[in-house]
Amino acid sequence: MKKYLFLSLALAASAAFADESQIHLKEGPNRDLVASNCAVCHSTDYIQMNSVFLDRKGWEAEVNKMVNVMHAPINKDDIPKIVDYLVKNYGQ
Amino acid sequence: MASRREFLRGVAAGLTIAGSGVLVPRFAFAGDKFNLAQPTLPDGDMAESILVALPGKKPLIKRTFRAPNYETPVQYFNEMFTPNDAFFVRWHLSGIPEKLSAQDWRLNIGGDALQSPIALTLEDLKKNYEQVEIVAVCQCSGNRRGFFQPHVAGVEWGYGAMGNARWKGVRLKDVLNKAGIKKEALEVTLNGAEAGVIDKTPDFIKSLPMWKALDENTLLAWEMNGEQLPYLNGFPVRLIVPGWTATYWTKMITEINVVSKPWDGFWMRVAYRIPIGKFSGVDRFVSQERTTDTMTPITEMVVNSLMTNIRDGQRFKYGQPIEVKGIAWDSGHGIKLVEISTDGGNTWRDAELEKDYGIYSWRQFSYRFKPQKKGSYDIMARATNRVGSTQTFDLIWNPAGYHHNIVQKVTVAVV
Repeated sequence: MKKYLFLSLALAASAAFADESQIHLKEGPNRDLVASNCAVCHSTDYIQMNSVFLDRKGWEAEVNKMVNVMHAPINKDDIPKIVDYLVKNYGQ
Repeated sequence: MASRREFLRGVAAGLTIAGSGVLVPRFAFAGDKFNLAQPTLPDGDMAESILVALPGKKPLIKRTFRAPNYETPVQYFNEMFTPNDAFFVRWHLSGIPEKLSAQDWRLNIGGDALQSPIALTLEDLKKNYEQVEIVAVCQCSGNRRGFFQPHVAGVEWGYGAMGNARWKGVRLKDVLNKAGIKKEALEVTLNGAEAGVIDKTPDFIKSLPMWKALDENTLLAWEMNGEQLPYLNGFPVRLIVPGWTATYWTKMITEINVVSKPWDGFWMRVAYRIPIGKFSGVDRFVSQERTTDTMTPITEMVVNSLMTNIRDGQRFKYGQPIEVKGIAWDSGHGIKLVEISTDGGNTWRDAELEKDYGIYSWRQFSYRFKPQKKGSYDIMARATNRVGSTQTFDLIWNPAGYHHNIVQKVTVAVV
């Protein structure tokens, strides 16, 4: 809902609630790629919270949802790297 | 903000109290990881379960920082009305206005099935319509999702994505009727100030069938427990849809449209759906169902209960009575009885039901017994509503993790 006046101050705002410095994604190849892409729209504790129970298919579905449904601006070539990192560090 | 270290100190304090063998007093649960994290929550979720205080809020259990998702610690459910500063926080998208002015706020009402579009101020709402109050449970569709086995993706809530409050506002019905509803009206769409970071992210828009939108209990509310709505609970105005899960209780509501066609946005068409026929006694939102659909929108809450004053592993002194307290609720038929078992479900006795605050409120219950011997006691609570629906012992698994109402078991030791 962006078109109303009272929202004009709005939308870059949610950082005010977030103390995301406490979140530590596991070390590993493509960690920074994951952090920088996912954190555009949400804190990366969503990843940790959803572990460990998703397999490769499960993580693929999550990443594809973010790209295809939520329209996350992720470079197509980066998608397999992101999935690999999630499966390796947060998958079963 | 609570640091992880402070949080762990809280854990130690909680254990000390429990170990002394007295009834756990209110707030003794604060910071107790063994209470927050039932054994079935995902490991990663437990690791992220820290207590964090948002502006205007007491420390709540953080699930995610952004979008902000925080649940209410169980200790607060010993109170009939969930305090505003402990009420759970749930947002889907990270684009939440930082500041809102109640004066500048407008509610735009339109749609192809409304006669006269209008833009209302908060003053208009307060002055031009009859004000009403209702006590109602607001519960996230995914409350207790974290306990699903197998786990499903989503916000991994424990018990605390809910609260009970007294809401004050005006009937949506009165507002829509005054603007004039055309006969072809089918659904009412609801949009709040929340938005995605990316423009193309589907806006969080929900819809209601006309009959529910026009129910006399469906309100546009600006007050909660006698105070203005907390910012993170939907200031200045949110929708109250008693009996239905909180996904329909649009926060910071800014736009309502009365429409002649089913709303087919992502948050109705795909998200918040349950398998058709898997849950009994639940309102169907039929204009949202296509003939080939196997999934239908979640609607009303299922009957449920929670024991709030005892916890797993708690020790009681032999010879002293144990009092079990808790809450029970459903979608608005009202709670008929709550039964307690102290022997793992073999025998059941009726609990006392406390004061009735209306069919949409939760109902407090209590049960007192004196253990006849030392040992372990599996205490269970099971609620039944006035149409005979009761809680399940086995999970009704569904892919998005909704409607968890498994009978709770708390094992205590009498020593």
